[in-house]
Amino acid sequence: MIAHTIFFYIFSIIAVISAIMVTASKNTVHSVFFLILDFISISCLFIMIGAEFLGMIMLIVYVGAVAVLFLFVVMMLNVAQQKNQWFISKSSSNHIPIGLVISALIFFELIIVIGGWKYKPDLQNSNNFTSSNEITNTHSLGQVLYTDYIHIFQISGMILLIAMIGAIVLTFRQREGVKTQSYIKQISRERSEGVEVLEVASRKGVKIDE
Amino acid sequence: MEYISLIFLEVYKILFLLIPVLVSVAMIVWLDRRVWAFVQKRQGPNVVGPFGLLQSLADALKYIFKEIIIPASSNKIIFILAPIITMTLALIAWAVIPFSEDQVLANINVGILYIFAVSSLGVYGIIMGGWASNSKYPFLGSIRSAAQMVSYEVSIGIIIINVLLCVGSLNLNDIVKAQQNVWFIIPLFPMFIIFFISSLAETNRPPFDLPEAEAELVAGYQTEYSGMMYAMFWLGEYANILLMCALGSILFLGGWLSPIELYPFNLIPGAVWLIFKILFLFILFALVKAIVPRYRYDQLMRLGWKIFLPLSLTYVVLTASYLFYFNLLPTI
Repeated sequence: MIAHTIFFYIFSIIAVISAIMVTASKNTVHSVFFLILDFISISCLFIMIGAEFLGMIMLIVYVGAVAVLFLFVVMMLNVAQQKNQWFISKSSSNHIPIGLVISALIFFELIIVIGGWKYKPDLQNSNNFTSSNEITNTHSLGQVLYTDYIHIFQISGMILLIAMIGAIVLTFRQREGVKTQSYIKQISRERSEGVEVLEVASRKGVKIDE
Repeated sequence: MEYISLIFLEVYKILFLLIPVLVSVAMIVWLDRRVWAFVQKRQGPNVVGPFGLLQSLADALKYIFKEIIIPASSNKIIFILAPIITMTLALIAWAVIPFSEDQVLANINVGILYIFAVSSLGVYGIIMGGWASNSKYPFLGSIRSAAQMVSYEVSIGIIIINVLLCVGSLNLNDIVKAQQNVWFIIPLFPMFIIFFISSLAETNRPPFDLPEAEAELVAGYQTEYSGMMYAMFWLGEYANILLMCALGSILFLGGWLSPIELYPFNLIPGAVWLIFKILFLFILFALVKAIVPRYRYDQLMRLGWKIFLPLSLTYVVLTASYLFYFNLLPTI
């Protein structure tokens, strides 16, 4: 049990420090790397409380895919140079009140969430979810998601799909004059279309492009 | 006291796994070069030691004594971290590979997800190396590699779902045991082909070695690396290739199961069969390297997103409907 506690504190200290460093570090690429470290240590915490499926999915989805896209965007946009102007310019003072309101809202939400622990026994009794030690939590998650709440799960998947298609439609531009390779055209080309044998009269020549 | 002896036992087990893996990585580099050479009617490395077996050790020795050059304008911490991360991630994934029913370092419930997660983290070593070098070729190589690995991971994930539908467990030992009657390569043969090609792309092997395409990008993300740091990238890459071969043999070729359940074959321990299967897949990897020319980048993306993804998704539907119709779905 002692080792468990030690590891819990190691991972949570890394998580908290790297979360602070995400906002504190000056280089934006560094802050994405700290975000990744944060995700990894949080998934370690998930694994430590026995939610190994959630921990692994967190690693695969957030670290393996989402953070790679973050890194892409940050590296490509070169945000590091723009960052200083953002804080120095006068227009930034307009953003401060809105930021304060949002952070106050999040703070109150967090307080409500933490207060929710007090009602945890009631919450557990109110739903029909039963936990047993015989089946692994992967199985029980699957049961809850795909059997009990299949419609809600499907609808949330649909919403994500629509959001994805919407983003593609918004950014898609039909550009004129772009030559793209058509594999079917290439493969179905016959010799008769590509090659033509001409009789070239002496001293007359032949016109190719007509 | 009990704790300390437990820790020593674990460390002993880890060393017992890691040292053979590292030695076999060195040997596999030699094998790769030999196969490559034989296909092209050359000799390959055949001077150092018998059949040139010690070539990789000689190379490693050379790398150790070379100077490590850190570019002045690089981001030094990330530059040094990148090869370490590549190497570590390539090695820690071996913890869950079962060599026989009880010869496995960590027999965890979500073994296949663990391997998948670790291999998806492998992108970071390459991105970090390319970005921290602060130079154009490495950066281009690392961007290419990240896009490539992320897109082929999707199809690998869906192929794994195919196998998991037939097994009903995420544990690697259960996956092997489910193939007692028939290896999954027979019912899922198209998936095996797609898995093989995707794992070529996932490990940046030819014909998908665009991140290090020497004709256009010098050596991609490795351009600025020298000495032991370069060697670590190299070792990590080959350890990853071996891992992918091991994953392929566990998912499709029956892992440590012997091909024929008869008397003389039963005596051979499971680990030997697994090693034979890994070697078989690796020789296929090496042959592909020698035979196939490099893909163009847009062709690579098209293959991943427009061909492999729809094919493997369709096969998931097919497998699920087949299992459901004939009532073969595994029970918990």
